[in-house]
Amino acid sequence: MSPRPGFVLEVDGSTPPTLFWHGEGLRLERLPLGSRVLYPPEPLDPLADPAGAIRHALEHPLGGSEPLKVLLRPGMRLVIAFDDVSLPLPPMRRPDNRQLVLEQVLDVAAEAGVDDVVLIAALSLHRRMTEPELRHALGNRIYDAFAPHGLLLQHDAEDPTNLVHLGVTDLGEDVEINRLAAQCDLLVYVNITLVAMDGGHKSVATGLASYRSVRHHHNARTMALSRSFMDQDHSELHSSNWRMGRLIRESGVKVFQIETTLNTDTFPEQFRFLQRREWEWTGADRAAFLAASKGLKSVPERISRSILHGVKSPYRMTSVQAGEVEAVHARTTENVYAQQLVEIEGQADVLTMGLPYVGPYNVNSIMNPILVACLGLGYFFNLYLGKPLVREGGAVIMSHPTPWAFHPGHHPSYIDFFEQVLSETTDPAEIGKYEESFATDPWYVHLYRTGHAYHGAHPFFMWYWCAHALEHLSAVIVVGGDRAAVRRLGFKPASTMADALEMASDVVGPDPSVTHVHAPPLLMAQVS
Amino acid sequence: MKALVFERNLARFAASRVVSSLAGSGKGVSVAPLRLTDLEAPALRGPGWHRVRPRLAGICGSDLATIDGHSSRYFEDLVSFPFVPGHEIVGVIEESFGANGAIASSALAPGARVVIESVIGCIPRGIDPPCSACAQGRSGGCERVGFGHISPGLQIGYCADTGGGWSNAGLVAHETQLHAVPDELSDEEAVMIEPTACAVHAAIRAEVNPGDTVAVLGAGTLGLTTVAALRSLTEPGALFVGAKHPHQRRLAEELGADTAVPPAQLGRAVRRQSRSLAVSERSHQLTGGADVVVDCVGSAESVTEALSIVRPRGRLVLVGMPGNIRIDLAPLWHRELILTGAYAYGTEELADGTRRTFDLAMEVVARCRLGRLVSARYPLDRFEEALAHAGAAGRRGAVKIVFDLRRAPTGRSDPSTGTTRPAIRVASKPALSLPRRRTRVLTTRPRTRKEATP
Repeated sequence: MSPRPGFVLEVDGSTPPTLFWHGEGLRLERLPLGSRVLYPPEPLDPLADPAGAIRHALEHPLGGSEPLKVLLRPGMRLVIAFDDVSLPLPPMRRPDNRQLVLEQVLDVAAEAGVDDVVLIAALSLHRRMTEPELRHALGNRIYDAFAPHGLLLQHDAEDPTNLVHLGVTDLGEDVEINRLAAQCDLLVYVNITLVAMDGGHKSVATGLASYRSVRHHHNARTMALSRSFMDQDHSELHSSNWRMGRLIRESGVKVFQIETTLNTDTFPEQFRFLQRREWEWTGADRAAFLAASKGLKSVPERISRSILHGVKSPYRMTSVQAGEVEAVHARTTENVYAQQLVEIEGQADVLTMGLPYVGPYNVNSIMNPILVACLGLGYFFNLYLGKPLVREGGAVIMSHPTPWAFHPGHHPSYIDFFEQVLSETTDPAEIGKYEESFATDPWYVHLYRTGHAYHGAHPFFMWYWCAHALEHLSAVIVVGGDRAAVRRLGFKPASTMADALEMASDVVGPDPSVTHVHAPPLLMAQVS
Repeated sequence: MKALVFERNLARFAASRVVSSLAGSGKGVSVAPLRLTDLEAPALRGPGWHRVRPRLAGICGSDLATIDGHSSRYFEDLVSFPFVPGHEIVGVIEESFGANGAIASSALAPGARVVIESVIGCIPRGIDPPCSACAQGRSGGCERVGFGHISPGLQIGYCADTGGGWSNAGLVAHETQLHAVPDELSDEEAVMIEPTACAVHAAIRAEVNPGDTVAVLGAGTLGLTTVAALRSLTEPGALFVGAKHPHQRRLAEELGADTAVPPAQLGRAVRRQSRSLAVSERSHQLTGGADVVVDCVGSAESVTEALSIVRPRGRLVLVGMPGNIRIDLAPLWHRELILTGAYAYGTEELADGTRRTFDLAMEVVARCRLGRLVSARYPLDRFEEALAHAGAAGRRGAVKIVFDLRRAPTGRSDPSTGTTRPAIRVASKPALSLPRRRTRVLTTRPRTRKEATP
């Protein structure tokens, strides 16, 4: 039986309560009659032979690129960069797509007699990966072959000796990337595209760039002009990365891009109810829901966090394509849309969403209030093509505990940003004046380079991600959040979904139309 | 006439310590050796002495520490019992013994409204020649605190012979301790002059250079007045305050702090401003830090915090009265810090000459409208409530709690204001004897409860 496409349910009297993620917890909420619930498509069938598909992609590259083995020769310097811990979410079961692709790339390189190979985790301004995270992404064989010899590196966007300035785009954007990647004979990039924004020129132009370069597109203006940044034709973020990527190409950096896509088979068997539609829940699903929701609620937060961050997704590869960056990414995007797109007609007055425990920047960490805002208003809000799911002047209701809690090792600058910047202003256009002092703060630089901290400017980027939504919306309401933390974000706290809807109606008018995004598993709305 | 009298009673002192430790500051008063009694006014000590009847008398953190049983044993020989507490005083001269039987100065004539430098230095003690500190006007540094013709006592409010501010009976003070209050200042502003003088002295002891980063720990009366003094008398580049309660943070910023944050955030705010590193990811110890840290709390936690956020060779000023606390002084040694206390007031050396601390304090009080820090007034017979309120001032949204002694049982009513004015008389000769222990305990509980004056 082929997988069912995405689905828009209109809530009626017989509709069971709707499942909402609530951080490390789960809730069932009754949405008003007439509300629409957007369900993701069921997982596409995975590639039957991923290894064969990878081999085929390497041998039959897109965009006029020569096969990988033709590009390789003895004595050359080969750099292989790969996506970091922020992808995919949740982390996938072993073997990870990166491992599958890298093993074949290394085999081809070995056959070609290439022995100068360096692996680089394309961190951009993200935190450095831990050894277990690297082992999980690359597999033990690759880790043990490279790491002990210093050949498994993590990109350092603050190492002036290991960055090279390639030039400035027509719009004045500095392009500065990793020196090894820029000066090698071939740069192979191994990607996992989870959402439409991932991959393409962004892999190198952002993943291997310096702060000096990244700040040109990670700012309030670019984000506000990206409508959405999941929609390549209407994303200033995308355009900026494409300008930079083309400059990188014109600078002589030869990139062989390998992109993979995943299906939406997101949760393992014990959490399978999370990707089933509530009216189709079996007795076992209901029992699993009860066990999970009660169990997670009954243990301390750090335990429930640890349990959930231990979940490994049974994602399977749905496509792999290699070759010239733009041609590869065009095919990748088609494959992402094939899995995630759900058509829906018209915008709602109110958009509701249940935010889960994990986002791109808190893998094995705490989802602090800034990341809650970013996940809701940056990611979920932007998962659209055409128009936002909620009308201009509408309201978003997010369900998340939003604790006033931060991981001091991963997010040190977030703490100060939350305490010192958001207490002054929550306007994305205003906060920029503080960015440089955070970006150049020697303590943050030290922690980014030697510890496992996100870059000092990273919380600013998270807030910029929210710029489009904040400009578009009249109200953001958080159900069940820490009231002080929610207010510090500039949002309104509500105790229950009913209260939140009542508060929203004060802004958007009585009897508002409501759309709920039933995710994850991820979906992307095509709003007509 | 009524007064609160603190007696030497170790059992009650210990009981108060236990109760206040368990129930909170100010809550141990019911078992403390503090009694509301009938008390005669103290005798004038001789030429230059005046009897002052308090109008408002503040409750200070050091008073609370004494009543809570938490004051340091260091002070045991520097006070004399029984004493009437209260050293933050605005009052009216009721009786004067001028030189040669005449009134010394028209500004200090009976009826004049005055504030009191409570510190009892060499001159009030009749010590001649005075110690070197007093000779320079630095009475706070007096080397003869326990000597002379007056019983030991750091200040009025801790001395058996002088009386104190928590009294309707009045107290005696030497003319060198008195400052006439300008008519423009209200009683509420005037009662803030003594604590502000302590803050002014601390701000000057802090030796802030223009552009320095300064952090103040604590935002009770002392912290807030210190912020006002630092902003008025120095030129910090950035002035941070760690304050527990929202109203304290608001007031701190109104009084000149650039940033007021909860105490747990102060270290991070200072680190950001100073562009310092921390010793490690898990450590609060900064490698750099503020140029000057002023600790207006005086607890082990606050001193430890101060040591962790002051830069190497920086200056740490203890303004809050520390007791017997346990702290790790390794950072003091390793970072070559300058640790200094700031006690009381006297004469300050400024770039353009010397000024009496009280004169500077009056200016700060007027400029910063520090009378607004007076949050509640209580009659003397509601002392238990007053002390409990003072002990929980921060949590209850208050700053300074005072005793309102303007409705004294003696004196005549002023129909224009509804307040009472003192009966004025001039003594003809000094008291010849200085009897001790003239107090008589009447009751341990107030007989009536009246509304606190809002």
